[in-house]
Amino acid sequence: MMDEGTELSLSIAHIVQRLKGSHLHSQIERQAKDCLHRPEIKLESLKEDVRSFLKTSGGLSQLPPSHPTAPLEHLKEPLAYMRKAQASWEKRILKSLNSMSTELGVPLARKRPGAEQKELINKWNEMGTDEPGLQTLPRVFGPCSHLPVLISLRNPNHDSCEDVSARSHWGLIQVPLNIRDIPQLRQAYTELNLSSGQLGIDDLAHVHPGIYRKQKDSLVVEQDSAAAQQYSRRGCPTGLRAALWALILNSTNQLQDMMHYEQLRAGVIQHNLLVDNLIYKDVKLTASNDDYYFVFEDFLYQVLLCFSRDTAVLEHFKYNSATPPKSYLHEKIHSAGIFIYSGVIPFHGFSMYVAPLCFLYNEPSKLYSVFREMYIRYFFRLHSISSSFSGIVSLCLQFERLLQTHLPQLFYHLRQIGAQPLRIAFKWMVRAFSGYLSTDQLLLLWDRILGYDSLEVVAELSDLSFSLTIAPQAVLADLSTLKVIPLIQIFLFATAI
Amino acid sequence: MAGKVKWVTDIEKSVLINNFEKREWVQVTENEDWNFYWMSIQTIRNVFSVDTGYRLSDEQLVNHFPNHYELTRKDLMIKNIKRYRKELEKEGSLLAEKDKNGKYIYLDFVPVTFMLPADYNLFVEEFRKNPSSTWIMKPCGKAQGKGIFLINKLSQIKKWSRDSRTSTFVAASSGKEAYVISLYIDNPLLIGGKKFDLRLYVLVTTYRPLKCYMYKLGFCRFCTVKYTPSTSELDNMFVHLTNVAIQKHGDDYNHVHGGKWTVSNLRLYLESTRGKEVTNRLFDQIHWIVVQSLKAVAVSLYFWFLNVNASPSLTSSTANDRILKYNLINDTLNIVMPNGEIPDCRWNRSPPREALGNYQVLYDEEQAQSESAERDLRSRSGQLLGSKGARGSVGARPAAATWK
Repeated sequence: MMDEGTELSLSIAHIVQRLKGSHLHSQIERQAKDCLHRPEIKLESLKEDVRSFLKTSGGLSQLPPSHPTAPLEHLKEPLAYMRKAQASWEKRILKSLNSMSTELGVPLARKRPGAEQKELINKWNEMGTDEPGLQTLPRVFGPCSHLPVLISLRNPNHDSCEDVSARSHWGLIQVPLNIRDIPQLRQAYTELNLSSGQLGIDDLAHVHPGIYRKQKDSLVVEQDSAAAQQYSRRGCPTGLRAALWALILNSTNQLQDMMHYEQLRAGVIQHNLLVDNLIYKDVKLTASNDDYYFVFEDFLYQVLLCFSRDTAVLEHFKYNSATPPKSYLHEKIHSAGIFIYSGVIPFHGFSMYVAPLCFLYNEPSKLYSVFREMYIRYFFRLHSISSSFSGIVSLCLQFERLLQTHLPQLFYHLRQIGAQPLRIAFKWMVRAFSGYLSTDQLLLLWDRILGYDSLEVVAELSDLSFSLTIAPQAVLADLSTLKVIPLIQIFLFATAI
Repeated sequence: MAGKVKWVTDIEKSVLINNFEKREWVQVTENEDWNFYWMSIQTIRNVFSVDTGYRLSDEQLVNHFPNHYELTRKDLMIKNIKRYRKELEKEGSLLAEKDKNGKYIYLDFVPVTFMLPADYNLFVEEFRKNPSSTWIMKPCGKAQGKGIFLINKLSQIKKWSRDSRTSTFVAASSGKEAYVISLYIDNPLLIGGKKFDLRLYVLVTTYRPLKCYMYKLGFCRFCTVKYTPSTSELDNMFVHLTNVAIQKHGDDYNHVHGGKWTVSNLRLYLESTRGKEVTNRLFDQIHWIVVQSLKAVAVSLYFWFLNVNASPSLTSSTANDRILKYNLINDTLNIVMPNGEIPDCRWNRSPPREALGNYQVLYDEEQAQSESAERDLRSRSGQLLGSKGARGSVGARPAAATWK
């Protein structure tokens, strides 16, 4: 473990790194340079003065809020056995992809001939009505093929006899990760306390005045990212959510963002990637059949195809335990041999990360920008093996521990009959419940993910959902009528527990 | 309480029959002494026709009113609305107020429409004012999008010209081949790039005083193909017509969701992308249009099931659909036959809020009038209701709507 000073420096260095080249950075630089010419700045106290000036002018408040235990999250995975497991998992996927390429005779990447490019330009807004030959394409991996890998994780340095905690763990996840228990969760999630008003339940239009102001006919959000994040913990009003999330995620839609999106689009037109077919297949099988999201099918293609070409996404591999896949390409599309620019291979259900956002943003480059931020902050953790608090391994463990604490008899019984609860809850968590909750409830859940900068609420909700829906009857759950936040509140704060 | 309710229907749909059976009502034939008859349009015509019809007793309810077609036939609906507006103007009602361009401020909810072939010349005059516009032709008496087409040239509707020598309209007066032609709204709101319409269920239990209820669980029907106003696609019905009967033949029709969205999805989407105020205003205006349309049809009746077509489809295209329609009929029956008792047509108390199920009160004239009378007694200040103004002779403000 590092000392606090080093942790802090690392944290700052990381933030600076991320900010470099961003619009925000140049703004702050400019502001800092401006204030150097002002009389109230003295040379000795320059640093402090600059900071306080920036604060009052609002510049600092736009910095992305960082997690209280940030430093670890910004490093690549520290635990060796996790890294190893992730690497071997990646190898399998890559192998699968390569053999698919060989079998179907489709290259991993190829340049599109002129006529094909032209056709795609014409059809850009309605790609959903195309691609008949994809039925033969097998899936690379579905979300649940990930589960066996997680179950087989073992810490080679940990002897379970040494386990200090008296109770043995009945679940499938057998790694000793440090996750929060109920008292700790209560402390971390105080805003969800039963006595505090929650939007969506208590309909408090006047919660947190000062976060927005009225301007003619609409409400305009004040540009304070940290305040927005704090606000989001109680749920966002539907009319403000889009603006608040963009603020929290520092997602802008300036000219350079739109240009970046256009570049990505041009990349899609020029080259065809094998993973594009995975995207088509995924959208067709999941979102197109979904009651809520079928309307946005065409947006999903656009966003996901552009996403696969976005090298900016590679940045997140600095703190992702995963590594972008490389392969030998017959045609050198990219000098590093990377055949998917983002480094992220989509899997079945991937489009469901994007779909709910279509309810908030109807402009493609904006939708893209928000999705990308959501992905590199949160969603990537749901399908890579790491020890992060928000990582899928921790979430699974959290779920199992909570359920075992909450309903020990049920858990024991299910285990005896070979029906491990995680096998059902896993698919909910991997998707952060997208497709399993009604959209209005899902958005309230995601409000809290953003508000607390953590995916822990997903584990908590899984425990609750399981207890309330599966427990009475061990069959497939229909969560679509669930009201999310009251459940979490009751769970964390009701005295009966 | 007398015996069980005796029902008849000539529409063999499970959403109906299951609802009757779960209430343990007794099925009888139409020749017997029935209390409740869920009729098809043809049967209604017979029951209420001058020659073959018969009087209903006080203990009999049906699901259509005799002149239901005043609102459901497209030409009659237009005639009624136009007449209603003129009447209001004559009375000097504030509702009929016009702006400086001569457009109705509060009652402008139908596009410019003409009857063909009757108003052919008027139509031509209007057409020539804007020769690049598109118009939509709809047969008056048909449903499910049948016979609808778009035009942008006069030559395309030559045969409806009254003066045309090639006109085959011998039977024009029978109303069988009459059409309405309306200015096509070629910039509809699109979601996901597609055009959609709204299917809302409104129940009218009494007409005088007007008591109507809107089902909260309406739905949107989406086209499967991206919308384009391009003239080259004017005859592509998959782009322009949202009827399920049409869309389900498209290549991309999906049988899982049927291209349908709930109205609550629509509301969430609009609130999230455009803000709550705008969305509330939109829904207020929709409710307003419904109530005004009902008022435009001044006929007294027992009770009446309203839909764009006289007979809303009771066929279910998806599993969710079946559930929706079953619950819809269930809630409807609970309102019109509270406690499952044999009806008494003199009964016309308003049902308590708990009994409404998924319906909400759209307009309750009786309640509104009594509230208004109370208010007048208390103060003479003539409170304004947002932009709508005082109601004047048309009746007091609606009881439960959220009009600002």
